[in-house]
Amino acid sequence: MSVVSPSIDPATWRPPTLFGTRARRTAFWLAVAAYIVWSLSDLNIDGARVLAGFPRALNMFERMIPPSFERWEILVNGMVESIQMAIASSLLGAVLALPIGIAAAVNLAPRPIYLLARGFIVVGRTFHEIIIAIFFVKLFGFGPVAGLLTLAFASAIFLGKMLAEDIENMKPGPVEAVRATGATFPQVVAYAVAPQVMVKTLGVFIYRLDANLRHSTVVGIVGAGGIGQTLSASFSRYDYDFASAILLSIAALVALGEWFSDWARRRLR
Amino acid sequence: MTRDVPIRGDSRPLRDYPDVWARYSPRERIVHWLWLLGAAAAAAWSISALDIEWEFFGDAHEQAVDLITRMWPPNWAYLPRILHPLIETIHIATLGTMISLIFALPIAFLAARNTTRNQATWLLGRAMLVGSRSINTVIWGLLFVAIFGPGPVAGICAVAARSVGFVAKIVAEAIEEVDAGQIEAVEATGARTLQVYGVAILPQVLPVLIGTAIYRWDINVRESSVLGFVGAGGIGLYLYASINQFAWSQVLVILIAILVIVILSEFVSAYVRARTT
Amino acid sequence: MSATSQIAEGKPRPILQIESLEKVYATGKRALGGIDLAIDHPQLVAVIGSSGAGKSTLIRCINRLVEPTAGRILLNGEDVVALDRKGLRAARRRIGMIFQEYNLVERLTVMQNVLSGRLGYVGFFASLRYRFPPEDIRGAFALLDRVGLDGYHNRRADALSGGQRQRVGIARALMQRPDLLLLDEPTASLDPKTARQIMRLVKELVSERQTPAIINIHDVALAKAFADRIVGLKDGVVAFDDDPAKLDDAALADIYGDEDWTADTEDAPPSETLPARETAS
Repeated sequence: MSVVSPSIDPATWRPPTLFGTRARRTAFWLAVAAYIVWSLSDLNIDGARVLAGFPRALNMFERMIPPSFERWEILVNGMVESIQMAIASSLLGAVLALPIGIAAAVNLAPRPIYLLARGFIVVGRTFHEIIIAIFFVKLFGFGPVAGLLTLAFASAIFLGKMLAEDIENMKPGPVEAVRATGATFPQVVAYAVAPQVMVKTLGVFIYRLDANLRHSTVVGIVGAGGIGQTLSASFSRYDYDFASAILLSIAALVALGEWFSDWARRRLR
Repeated sequence: MTRDVPIRGDSRPLRDYPDVWARYSPRERIVHWLWLLGAAAAAAWSISALDIEWEFFGDAHEQAVDLITRMWPPNWAYLPRILHPLIETIHIATLGTMISLIFALPIAFLAARNTTRNQATWLLGRAMLVGSRSINTVIWGLLFVAIFGPGPVAGICAVAARSVGFVAKIVAEAIEEVDAGQIEAVEATGARTLQVYGVAILPQVLPVLIGTAIYRWDINVRESSVLGFVGAGGIGLYLYASINQFAWSQVLVILIAILVIVILSEFVSAYVRARTT
Repeated sequence: MSATSQIAEGKPRPILQIESLEKVYATGKRALGGIDLAIDHPQLVAVIGSSGAGKSTLIRCINRLVEPTAGRILLNGEDVVALDRKGLRAARRRIGMIFQEYNLVERLTVMQNVLSGRLGYVGFFASLRYRFPPEDIRGAFALLDRVGLDGYHNRRADALSGGQRQRVGIARALMQRPDLLLLDEPTASLDPKTARQIMRLVKELVSERQTPAIINIHDVALAKAFADRIVGLKDGVVAFDDDPAKLDDAALADIYGDEDWTADTEDAPPSETLPARETAS
């Protein structure tokens, strides 16, 4: 009996093992175990305190249920502020992303500008939104403006990076052709680059709008406005039933945002 | 000498060609304007309601310059003191990711349509995914600090709590893509459910699980760098403290350190994923 | 022929004059090693030569899509090589270019693609809103009719066949009302019949509009059938420059190299089949 099919039977096929030999597998697991032992001892974890946490968690959980929507006005205000921050920062970020994206595309920008833009993107992407937020809070004071600018900055970098990648992946031919008609650089961008990257970029923008909605719930923790600030305050006042109401609302908002973003991106075909 | 060759200089009989052309029909144009108007209205609403105090913008650039001059030069003498917090940050990310792996697998099986028991278990699995994913790591940190008190344990739990949903969602999608025929084939041998999972599904989703975890680990390093802001351990605590003390030259050292470990972890993650998947 | 007689008595300066043009790429490859070429009346000049002989580089140097290393390119007496960015844009307006892969912007309509040939003549914001002068619109409709695409103006470019796309490409280049047409392998992606149709169209347009054209082409048979003049490139220098009728076996051997040539001529009818193989390889 011979096996005719040239392909390997998928049912018996296993992905190539990560380790190769048995010895290497053992070594890997030993290394993992050693790492866990080392890191746990390094972190100085106090077992008793961790154990004490569990009854506290239970207690907290009890105080969270049922969630209290009594002060719904504060909740709604915080949510609306988060949504506003998300929309405004996405739009501002998109506007800022255009020059960044063009500057960071190796096939459009001159070498020095390209390197500068790429460096800016790498450094900007490294820092968590909260770190950026705290600087904007220092510059602009507490409140949603700092949050708006934080998210706009992060969005500009994200959208700029994605735009640059789309521009780098587009077909070079049409750009060459439009350039050959004697068009100026802005015209080349409008006639040959924009039509090629527009749809993808819109999809990324919608994704980012959704991401900003999620991030807008957290920048408030350092005082940059939005529902995060409300949540942080309720935690510090041990106001757990209100906190759980906020958490539920955030989860609902985020789920809704994700659904909207999926729907809108599907409609872009 | 310019040659003036008429554009209709061909031999064919001429026709009257239209001299207007519009890319879009009037209706399409109205729709476009409505979209633009909608976006403008959304922007106006968002910005107006945010109570922006414009005078803050007046001296913002001066403040920024001020900040930068205070930061420079970096206070490198501070570096030895933050080495341990940096390692702690990476521990938080790594241990958190490891814990999330343990929980992600069963939750993924619950949340995948073809392996879940019934509608109720599927809903449970999905609810866990949504709950885990929609709450940011830092907010999880807030929660766990309230439970375990300040320190890395809260951070590890926060990272794990957020990563579970991330990893499980992708693994659940991978499970749903496993060919039904293979599962049936193993079931036909009379294997029990767990055996089916182990033989027919696990080998195929394991690489996805590992790849996703490594990918998430590198995100987690970035997230761990700020967990200290809510007291959940790591370098963030030192950053927060330095900022509050206006010790800007220390802040710069910390920022550079974060830059290095985040870029390094991104590099490691990309390298390991390229090697294993 | 008619074109020759029209210009003959005036004896004007050449429309295009290339003087010792050289191109060395950053990799060190010497693509062009001193090209001299002059076109003084509207004619269809076919540039032949094996892959890597420098055909594409030559054509792209003329509108500086590739920067020449040395030499002069005079378009109506003006040195294109010496121009600054603004001057170069003005020169590019007067040079229409047609590509092998058509290079249309696929998501745009035929009309948008054709009108992009006028970009050098309108301001940025006008072009953004497709505010072109009425005579440009009328001209675009007329050109589309002339190239056989009447009624196609609102089709999207990615809905067209290869031959139709190339016709749009031709219309776009002619929209510029160019002094010179550059065609880079315009038929290489087309089937033989469509390729002949496109060549015939180009030949007609050259004489109708009194515009000289330089065409890179692999297919020697097509070149001999339609061109008024053939230039053979070998290793970046001109190896042949004469009437198509004078392109005999010996000349082909000069351009394409000896060994291939003699091996193939033994049992095959010569001139037409050989270059076809050249394309296939």
